[in-house]
Amino acid sequence: MTLLKGIAASSGIVLAKAYRLIEPDLSFEKRKVEDTAKEVERFQVALSVSKDELEAIREKAKVELGEDNAAIFEAHLLVLSDPELISPIEDKIKNEQVNAEYALKETADMFITMFEQMDNDYMKERAADIRDVTKRLHAHLLGVQLPNPSMISEEVIIVAEDLTPSDTAQLNRQFVKGFTTDIGGRTSHSAIMARSMEIPAIVGTKTVTEDVKDGDFLIIDGLKGEVHINPTEETIASYKEEQIRYEEKKAEWAKLVNEKTVTADGEHVELAANIGTPDDLEGVKNNGGEAVGLYRTEFLYMGRDQLPTEEEQFDAYKAVLEGMDGKPVVVRTLDIGGDKELPYLDLPKEMNPFLGFRAIRLCLEEQDIFRVQLRALLRASVFGNLKIMFPMIATLAEFREAKAILEQEKEILVAAGTPVSDEIEVGIMVEIPSTAVLADQFAKEVDFFSIGTNDLIQYTMAADRMNEQVSYLYQPYNPAILRLVKMVIDASHREGKWTGMCGEMAGDELAIPLLLGLGLDEFSMSATSILQARSQIRGLSKRDMVELAEKALEMRTAEEVVAEVKRVTEEK
Amino acid sequence: MVEKKFTVIDKVGIHARPASALVQAAGQFTSDVQLEYNGKSVNLKSIMGIMSLGIGQDAEIIIRAEGDDEQAALEKLEETMSKEGLAE
Repeated sequence: MTLLKGIAASSGIVLAKAYRLIEPDLSFEKRKVEDTAKEVERFQVALSVSKDELEAIREKAKVELGEDNAAIFEAHLLVLSDPELISPIEDKIKNEQVNAEYALKETADMFITMFEQMDNDYMKERAADIRDVTKRLHAHLLGVQLPNPSMISEEVIIVAEDLTPSDTAQLNRQFVKGFTTDIGGRTSHSAIMARSMEIPAIVGTKTVTEDVKDGDFLIIDGLKGEVHINPTEETIASYKEEQIRYEEKKAEWAKLVNEKTVTADGEHVELAANIGTPDDLEGVKNNGGEAVGLYRTEFLYMGRDQLPTEEEQFDAYKAVLEGMDGKPVVVRTLDIGGDKELPYLDLPKEMNPFLGFRAIRLCLEEQDIFRVQLRALLRASVFGNLKIMFPMIATLAEFREAKAILEQEKEILVAAGTPVSDEIEVGIMVEIPSTAVLADQFAKEVDFFSIGTNDLIQYTMAADRMNEQVSYLYQPYNPAILRLVKMVIDASHREGKWTGMCGEMAGDELAIPLLLGLGLDEFSMSATSILQARSQIRGLSKRDMVELAEKALEMRTAEEVVAEVKRVTEEK
Repeated sequence: MVEKKFTVIDKVGIHARPASALVQAAGQFTSDVQLEYNGKSVNLKSIMGIMSLGIGQDAEIIIRAEGDDEQAALEKLEETMSKEGLAE
């Protein structure tokens, strides 16, 4: 058996046989054509067959995916009717006496290149649409049948390099139970379609088409982002159970979307979501998120070849703030450098990237980058409930400097007559032990804390979380970590401030009882974990959890803590 | 020839869906219909032409129609612009 990791684009668990949706061979040779009129006619026939086929796909998509998702095929049909595309192809056949395949490829490639070079992401993605449409036309010219997934007649998991909109529309939902692809990210077409079809999907595996043969048995774990290829009987059995449990629970959780997050004894805590782009808001709403606890702004900077402009950032921040409709949105300023690279910044390679020049350290040095982001945030602040958070703060001096820059930018904007909210809270991530230890002093100056557990644990335990040989030291339940968390929470409460948590730990079933007992105010997690956490918290009594946490703080090892949490929570 | 100036208000500019609507609207008329943006003019009956301009929010565009049904064409396009939320 093989285990492949990718990006969990749509949650759920599914077990089924693999169906490879792989491109047929569309290669051809350039030919000289004598009878160009006949060649143009051959092109027109392929064109009309392609249009008929697309119309059929569009109708099917309308029924199965809804008008919105079908609209894309309207655009595809127009591409095939476009005089600017069609006439140059016909002219090329006539004037250069070449075959239709060649004329089509040359012309389409020119448009694709043009769209790919645009500095607007949306337009760039349209290159894929043109490629998709012309591929169909090309196949018909060659007399090759494109794979026809609508003919699938047993339950399958689709394996593909990438899935185009017309691929996904043809998927028979009765039989297609999930899919996994080599390329793509959370915002690619395939990922968005998977979420709207509510089938599990793992994208960006890089090698799934190489690793999987037709008929291999697969498990897609859309919760962890894993693809199991030909798993053992044991793994299959345990996943089957997990799948049933997941489906049952999901039905229960769904009832809690509009409910408040209160403990059995009536204490309210806030369940927030971690997001990367404005597109993630839909998931936050569908899962009843009460806030955005962590907006990772680095996605705005990644996957491109230059820094995002102030306007681009402003649009994204505004979209998130408006989308949350007055609910809190905690935006983390740029957390880049170290292991998260931006090729266009040309940062030097480091021996210890996690201990190096990154996040706020980089922003305070490269103030041009930092100030653009702060201006965009300040301008967007009037559209909702914005809170700004600085990452990787190790000293009060760093926080003071970052805040001073923010204040300067605010003054400049206000002086220029730009409206800026006066209610913006300014807080810090607590991920460095020095900051946790000195939290009582920080609490006098910051408005809130958000504990980043992934880094806090790795720095406290001195264990690189990318190094599997020391992964046993990643111990969220270690009393040492719990004590640091407690110091931070208590320090904030003494000053009338609040503490959130935005690491993996905040959504962890075993950690939630402890965190509740330690007095955590806000739990921020991936949107798909929210309902599960809400359901769990509603069953816990705050008073009992305080008692549990007090006991855990006095324990000696992580194992003892875990055993105690299980004993107390399973008892009820 | 008739023409009218618009300022695009849609946040993502003229993207695939409203562009399709404009092309379909223009296609109902025999007049030659052009869209000008940033000094470049394209055939408004061409989806690729429009999308190739990469028209974003706040862009100033001019729509021109010339032919027998130019007035009707311009009115129809103006209506489509506002219906698709592209202009006021």
